[in-house]
Amino acid sequence: MFAYYLELALRSLKRNKVLTTLMVLALGLGIGACITTLTVLKLLSGDPLPQKSAHLFYPQVDPFSMDGYVEGETKPQTTMTYTDAMNLLHARKATHQAVMAMTGAKIAPPRANTHPFYSDGVMTTSDFFGMFDAPFQYGGGWTEADDESRARVVVIADFLNDKLFEGANSVGKTLRVNDHDFRIVGVLKHWAPQPRFYAQDLGGRSYGDGDAVFLPLQSARAAGMAAGNTNCFDVIKDLKNLETAPCIWLGMWVQLDNDAAVADYKAFLANYARQQIALGRFHRPDTALPDLLQWLRDEQVVPDDVRLQAALAFGFLLICVINTVGLLLAKCLRRSQEIGVRRALGATQRTIFAQFMMEAGIVGLAGGLLGLLFAELGLLGIRHQPAEYAGLAHLDLTMFAFTFVVAIVASLIAGLLPAWRACVLAPAPQLKAS
Amino acid sequence: MEIRPIFASLRKHRIPAILIVLEIALACAVLCNAVFMIGKRVADIQIPNAIDEKGLSVVVLNGTDPKLAASDTPRNLAALRSIAGVQSVGVASTLPLSRNNWGWSFGIKSDAAMTDKNTFGVSLYFLGTGADQALGLQLKQGRFFNADEYADSTLGGSALPSTHVVLVTESLARQLWPGKSALGQSIYSKPNYYTVVGVVADVVRPQASVHSTQRSYASTFYPLQPDSSLGYYILRSAPQDRARIVREAEQKLGEINPAAVAKGQTFDDIRDKYFADMSSMAWMLVLVCVVMLAVTAFGIVGLTSFWVAQRRRQIGIRRAVGATRGDILSYFRTENFLLTGMGVVLGMALAFGINVYLMQHYEMDRMPWYYLPGSAVALWLLGQLAVLGPALRAAAVPPVVATRSV
Repeated sequence: MFAYYLELALRSLKRNKVLTTLMVLALGLGIGACITTLTVLKLLSGDPLPQKSAHLFYPQVDPFSMDGYVEGETKPQTTMTYTDAMNLLHARKATHQAVMAMTGAKIAPPRANTHPFYSDGVMTTSDFFGMFDAPFQYGGGWTEADDESRARVVVIADFLNDKLFEGANSVGKTLRVNDHDFRIVGVLKHWAPQPRFYAQDLGGRSYGDGDAVFLPLQSARAAGMAAGNTNCFDVIKDLKNLETAPCIWLGMWVQLDNDAAVADYKAFLANYARQQIALGRFHRPDTALPDLLQWLRDEQVVPDDVRLQAALAFGFLLICVINTVGLLLAKCLRRSQEIGVRRALGATQRTIFAQFMMEAGIVGLAGGLLGLLFAELGLLGIRHQPAEYAGLAHLDLTMFAFTFVVAIVASLIAGLLPAWRACVLAPAPQLKAS
Repeated sequence: MEIRPIFASLRKHRIPAILIVLEIALACAVLCNAVFMIGKRVADIQIPNAIDEKGLSVVVLNGTDPKLAASDTPRNLAALRSIAGVQSVGVASTLPLSRNNWGWSFGIKSDAAMTDKNTFGVSLYFLGTGADQALGLQLKQGRFFNADEYADSTLGGSALPSTHVVLVTESLARQLWPGKSALGQSIYSKPNYYTVVGVVADVVRPQASVHSTQRSYASTFYPLQPDSSLGYYILRSAPQDRARIVREAEQKLGEINPAAVAKGQTFDDIRDKYFADMSSMAWMLVLVCVVMLAVTAFGIVGLTSFWVAQRRRQIGIRRAVGATRGDILSYFRTENFLLTGMGVVLGMALAFGINVYLMQHYEMDRMPWYYLPGSAVALWLLGQLAVLGPALRAAAVPPVVATRSV
């Protein structure tokens, strides 16, 4: 039976090529637009560390004055002063904890007569790699002792290792960063979480390539490297000495393994704020401890434009589906007589319904295939856009499968009304007319 | 033209009629909002900026030795000045739309501190000698800085320069001192204060505000002696010389500062880069609109063709009893006009609803009313255009059809 409906449907579609082409084209365009924008949306709103995000938290405290403070409304600051970051770090209340700031790192290639260049750098503390599960190709991270002794050590990314050392094991070699010599202790495997959650509000990009170099915070600062985003809240005497300035410029992440640990840490933060108020350093009591995904939502990492595009694409798909409904209806009503004959010869309503749904399904399948093509074209277009996430726009397997689900569902919905109209046609008047 | 028979016939084809109305309504709603968003972005992209944008080449020099700034900066400027075709050179701490922002809050009362609530956030531009000339700042009142003011102003690791003079933009002057002349007024942030010596035409901040053009012009300018924070070397020339000058200037600065990183670009590049995301969004919206209108038009063509085919006999009868080709043509056109009319009325309501929703959930302004009738007219025209083909085919049906049994 299935094969017979298939043949009938194909024959009917072939009979009116222009109408069929229009339907498939419209559906394909709608699906293509939807899949393109959804792929980008999914990519941008993804979980950067799926295996760990539930256990990673971003502590927030607020050293600002009471000016402009509204109780219950003002959110605590998103970055920290050096003093607070170090206090919280050294309290060691979490399984893992690390403090970080983004920086522009001037890197001088080891070969003679080559110009230096700037790369993204992270100034952080030893627990960074363990907490974020950053995988090493060669060597490893540095130790807490290195942090304290301001050791000139550096961890570099795979792409920098490829560029400077042709991918060979460069552990132990020297890298000149910001006109100071650093010893390479580790080379990462490819590691570029999307979004780049740890760089939020620290002056870094939200998407794109990973960072090139990772240096101990104090060592990097001693080499004169500046923080990417500095926000000051009082009179500044010496901006070079950010460690003592009334400025917030550091982010901190902690790993907390269970609910009890989270509750304890929240209490610890609240207690810390109270203590600092008593000391006269703080004025505002609020603290916060969002988990990774909550933090990304707070930061509104996904650009509004991307969400608008997805909504627009769905509106467009809706128009395309309505269009398909209209055209399928036109096609099926034109075949009233044929339906009448089939009914008179004994076909049940269900048979007619199935036959027309089959036709809609074929249109959907063709629309889906075409949609896939349009989506690939759309993503190709996006990859040529200047946006920082452009290079990531690729169709993955789930979206590939999802395209066909969307296509078939859309076309079956579109086919429902025409098929129903066709099957309820009374056969007698149709036969009489001819 | 009698409308009643059209209604009578539409009642018989209720479902296809409703489909057309729905399609038009959706298209109208999407079109209104998309065109509005395109317009907003185009306006943002074209934000006026009173510097000589078309004549500027820029080389950003990073990673220099701060201790050598006093001797290196004049040497760099001299080297750039020697490039053929360069009219003037200067160095500044940042440029409009460079995203490299140094912001501060000032008050207009002498006891204002940065942390006060009522202070005014502005962007700071530090200028080295000659940068006003090189940028092509347009003086509206007062004067530019003199040589002593440049020589005496230092930064020395603090956030604000030691000078006591400032240039402000016209917009900022109007906002800070409405109805008064800004000259001689001061802005304060304890313990610093700066007195306005000149007012320049509106220059955009390093990071333009998307919400208010007024806020985008909150720029202030300060003189500064050679300092490592001055990294934007500006070269002014005839527009056609820029490509060559960028190349030569980048090479020259790279050569004489081997430990630093020099990157050249024209100001147009900076502007294009700043608005790149916005313009690609605008183009994508244009694309969606065009394709959507095409799909809608094809839908109308398809359904009307079907109607025409279905009514061949009736058309023939009408022709046989005296209707002219024009009558048949205008019948289908009126029918389409009515359907589109219902569609756009529904669509305008929908468009308004979407706009209100977007205003609540996204950073979106209220759509001006004229977008609604604007897209209504556009869809009416589209409908008429789409129906023309099938209607002409209908008009061509010969009266003799009536006499044949199909």
